[in-house]
Amino acid sequence: MTTSQPQTEAVKPPLTNVGVLGWIRNNLFNGYFNSLATILIVLALWQLVPDFIQWAFIDSVWFTSGKECHQAQGACWSVVTQNIRFNIFGYYPYEEQWRPLLAMIILVGMLFYSRDWKRWSRRLGYLWLAALFVMGVLMKGGLFGLMPVESTKWSGLPLTLLLSFFGILASYPLGVVLALGRQSSLPIIKAFCVVYIELIRGVPLITLLFMSSVMFPLFLPEGVTIDKVLRAQMAIILFTAAYIAEVVRGGLQALNTGQYEAAESLGLTYWQKMRLIILPQALKIVIPPTVGVLISAFKDTSLVVIIALYDILNTTKSILNVPEWTGFSTEAYIFVALIYFFCCYAMSTYSRTIEKQLEYTSNIK
Amino acid sequence: MEKQAEQGNGRPVIEIIEMHKWFDDFHVLKDINLRVQPQERIVVCGPSGSGKSTMIRCINRLEEHQRGKIIVNGTELTRDLKNIEIVRAEVGMVFQHFNLFPHLTILENLTLGPIWVRKTPKKEAEELAMHYLEIVHIPEQANKYPGQVSGGQQQRVAIARSLCMRPKIMLFDEPTSALDPEMIKEVLDVMVDLAKEGMTMIVVTHEMGFAKTVADRVIFMDFGEIVEENEPNAFFDNPQHERTQLFLSQIL
Repeated sequence: MTTSQPQTEAVKPPLTNVGVLGWIRNNLFNGYFNSLATILIVLALWQLVPDFIQWAFIDSVWFTSGKECHQAQGACWSVVTQNIRFNIFGYYPYEEQWRPLLAMIILVGMLFYSRDWKRWSRRLGYLWLAALFVMGVLMKGGLFGLMPVESTKWSGLPLTLLLSFFGILASYPLGVVLALGRQSSLPIIKAFCVVYIELIRGVPLITLLFMSSVMFPLFLPEGVTIDKVLRAQMAIILFTAAYIAEVVRGGLQALNTGQYEAAESLGLTYWQKMRLIILPQALKIVIPPTVGVLISAFKDTSLVVIIALYDILNTTKSILNVPEWTGFSTEAYIFVALIYFFCCYAMSTYSRTIEKQLEYTSNIK
Repeated sequence: MEKQAEQGNGRPVIEIIEMHKWFDDFHVLKDINLRVQPQERIVVCGPSGSGKSTMIRCINRLEEHQRGKIIVNGTELTRDLKNIEIVRAEVGMVFQHFNLFPHLTILENLTLGPIWVRKTPKKEAEELAMHYLEIVHIPEQANKYPGQVSGGQQQRVAIARSLCMRPKIMLFDEPTSALDPEMIKEVLDVMVDLAKEGMTMIVVTHEMGFAKTVADRVIFMDFGEIVEENEPNAFFDNPQHERTQLFLSQIL
């Protein structure tokens, strides 16, 4: 092209680069290695998928007794359907299981309603307080003629959700405060935060759960007991907060010092500077790793099995210990895995939505 | 010197007395003495690493000095946080890299200080912000985010943000050094207007044209010392010190 005149006629890209053909070529067969990989993967799927469908759907039984299951060729989903109430609610009194069900529905409903942060207001805050109170009464009972239920009987999915919800809710702000403390110019606060974070990160969650359940009561005066679920909850919160703190610290360090200086030179106080300028930017930067930590916290609640609390994974195990249902662990665990996956996937999708909403160009008027 | 005597009837608005500063054991500022009268315009120049930025950053305590005194608008800068906040509210600062808040719109950048530090009602703060956006000639950009406007416009927003605090003093730390050449003028024009309005200004810059037209005094720093200070004509035409002569020969 020697002419400097703009070309008036639009030149189309070659046919092999656009459309379905182009997509296949660019994504599946661009180069020897990728072509080979594509073929191998297709072959593997060809082998596995039909077998899985045969097992999971065609030969499977859904609503039978354990005995009939042992004769079936395919999957025994009966282990899930026949034990669903124990699996979900565990040792919560059978007649009262509508209460944790209602509590979970309220929780999920409130979370769903609050998903759009433009709806966050003082009124929604009060609504949450009311909802938490109602959920508490439903779970614990003893008020309004509801039968009291010991927290040791709380189990299954409600326990998992309870431990994770409060674990996440409390550990996030605590982690942010610890991160700020670690950056503090006041030596005592800084030292405390560093020691706390390093100590907690230095031990596995199981150790903390053990300490909270076995050692901690030894230090209490005689006659004083603290609820076992509450102690496990505290351990989860303290543990997760240390990880959040380090993630948030990364965000604080990622910010240009100019942001701190500009905020300071306007005369903002420390807390104004943090709340209005630094944290909104820093927390946004670290949304992906933060969600990673929160998702692991959610999954880590299954470790409470070690102190004999029955979360949903542990109720599943109990079912598999019943002779009638032994041997169907694959089916039972697939079901639990689906529940875990659903929750984690929801968290991860939600975090991406928030990230998008927080892009600095989103709301031009 | 004459000019200073003329205006010397009032109390200086900034007094720096025998000030020293070290970064660890590196002596960055040595025995700095400077008195700035109200409405005075001072340009600070010197080679890079001479301590000029550090000096003006000491005036609003972005850097801490270790010896001597800095008194701004009657308040001495000490470790007392209250004093520091009082001084910072009275002293506007414009940075080389603008340092706008990227998560806030331009309007929100401007109203932040008035609302949170001055406790101005939101509506009033927005009117104030629009007023200063007009002064820097970009009212139409109010609802954009800083990342969506040009460098020159960002720097003008940064100037307006400082002005919204109605400061008594404005500090400029190389305000045009990070700008593309074609944008330098629009920022300097705003600064010249500001000077005409009678703002007290200390400007660290290499824009010698600006120094000639606007400055009451030019200060030359090298190796952490104030080597020479004079009114601009004398400074440029007849530099006294050898190091000043060398510096001017390199940049003019």
